[in-house]
Amino acid sequence: MSSILLDFEKPLEELHEQLMKAKQIQEKGKVNVNTVIKELESKIEKTRKDLYSNLSAWQRVQLSRHPERPYTLDYINAITEGNFLELFGDRQVKDDKAMIGGFGSINGETVMFVGQQKGNNTKARQFRNFGMPNPEGYRKALRLFKLAEKFNKPIITLIDTPGAFPGLEAEERGQGEAIARNLYEMSILKVPVICIIIGEGASGGALGIGIGDKVLMLENTWYSVISPESCSSILWRNWDNKERAADALKLTSLDMSELKLIDGIISEPVGGAHSNHPEIFESVKREIIKHLAVLTKMDPEMRVQQRLEKFCSMGVYKEE
Amino acid sequence: MSWFKRIKSGITTETHEKKETPEGLWYRCPSCKSIIPSKEHSDNSWVCVKCGYHERIGSQEYFEIIFDDNTYEEINANLTSADPLEFVDTKKYHERLVESQQKTGLKDAIRTVTGTCNGLPLTVACMDFRFIGGSMGSVMGEKIARAIDYSIKHKTPFMIISKSGGARMMEAAFSLMQMAKTSAKLTQLSAAKLPYISLLTDPTTGGVTASFAMLGDLNIAEPGALIGFAGPRVVKETIGKDLPKGFQTSEFVLDHGFLDFIVVRQELKAKLAQVLAFMKN
Repeated sequence: MSSILLDFEKPLEELHEQLMKAKQIQEKGKVNVNTVIKELESKIEKTRKDLYSNLSAWQRVQLSRHPERPYTLDYINAITEGNFLELFGDRQVKDDKAMIGGFGSINGETVMFVGQQKGNNTKARQFRNFGMPNPEGYRKALRLFKLAEKFNKPIITLIDTPGAFPGLEAEERGQGEAIARNLYEMSILKVPVICIIIGEGASGGALGIGIGDKVLMLENTWYSVISPESCSSILWRNWDNKERAADALKLTSLDMSELKLIDGIISEPVGGAHSNHPEIFESVKREIIKHLAVLTKMDPEMRVQQRLEKFCSMGVYKEE
Repeated sequence: MSWFKRIKSGITTETHEKKETPEGLWYRCPSCKSIIPSKEHSDNSWVCVKCGYHERIGSQEYFEIIFDDNTYEEINANLTSADPLEFVDTKKYHERLVESQQKTGLKDAIRTVTGTCNGLPLTVACMDFRFIGGSMGSVMGEKIARAIDYSIKHKTPFMIISKSGGARMMEAAFSLMQMAKTSAKLTQLSAAKLPYISLLTDPTTGGVTASFAMLGDLNIAEPGALIGFAGPRVVKETIGKDLPKGFQTSEFVLDHGFLDFIVVRQELKAKLAQVLAFMKN
């Protein structure tokens, strides 16, 4: 059970308080409130199911940013059972702490992991630059992709970023070029590539490691050209329309799947990924294994061809 | 005592007798404020004869500059946006499109054409900033993709003239995926060993910079253009202080190693012809 409740989870807060009180009374042992406790517990479960069965786009955005949500390294450590070797540096400027990567083992098979990394306390968040990579992050990613290609190892990218960092030095070192280069190179990598959005999928910063044979989204994540807040501030000149913007952008996993811009959704536990870490780790691992089994059997040229065709067919237009 | 005396008071010319100055006879440079005869200005490729300021021009003007005898053929002219998300902000996207189409006489923010430059065949995709800020949606992605197919089929070099604020928000994730689509498509052009020249003009930012605009065999730019990934306002907010002078200009981007050279518009055609001759297989 999460200790941090989001605003839309307020109905649960009162029930939790009642449950606490009932348990205290029970402990004192004077009155038997067992039936009350059971009732409350089932009520909490039901309320939670109701809340989570009908999430709005904005609520999913909130869940994607939940502070107790697992981050990239949490997934990697769980999936590889600790058999992971982190590799650093882009060999040009520096090591970007917002982008991590390295070799890891899934059920005895070596894969290359790459992903944006967020921090789970103030200090770590700063250290990780809030998961916003600089150009060297994208170049480090590309270096690791090429390394994986050289040794014929599949690539798994885990995407969780509020965007590529819009800083002064990022511009000096060619943020645009770094992302563009990755889009180009990733579309012709000869090894299988699976991309999974585990949190926020913000624009070019996400896409920069997001060109894969399979692009999957966890249920409560978002992926779009802009965050709902920024969209609201550009189109309505304020942040108050972020909920409307979230709806309009069609940025949830369900929307993205319906629009055929992603290849699948990975279900989260009721209550969101943060409410049950082992369960979501298991689901993600299962999905990776399932897709790798198919992708590794394909002819590499055919795989690249299909990847290219998939991205080249994206877009809706009219021809008069 | 005054020197002369007004006999009649006020303006005496009747409204219908008023002589209008013909529209567009003069160009006023927004940079040095000089007033220049329009003909002289357009003869100088819409570059201010006094200060060298490059006026923002549209696809029609670029085609006139580049192609021999101003002769070219437009391809896939009839692609228009389908509003896949039925996007509504302060206005319906659908209405915004119709308005832009009526105002500009264009179908979308890019046109793709084919012709010859100094006798050498060339396929060009050029943006129009007047059309929703030159923003990239599905139409732009598809037109670029088809122009690349055309280049490969007819073995012509390919050029994109970028002038865009980036991705078109009203097509959300579809716009984002155009970055992937165009970059993926460029791998095919590259495999066919055909030159791709990217000309960055004022402004080139966002998703356009982070995809095809930075992927040229040659990346070239007009002087003084704004070129960047994040917009200057966003960068300023991020760092919390004023930006250094000349930040994100063509000269700045050249200095940091992301451009091959800067070319003034009056020399664009000659330079292009030189490049095409050098890269001819």
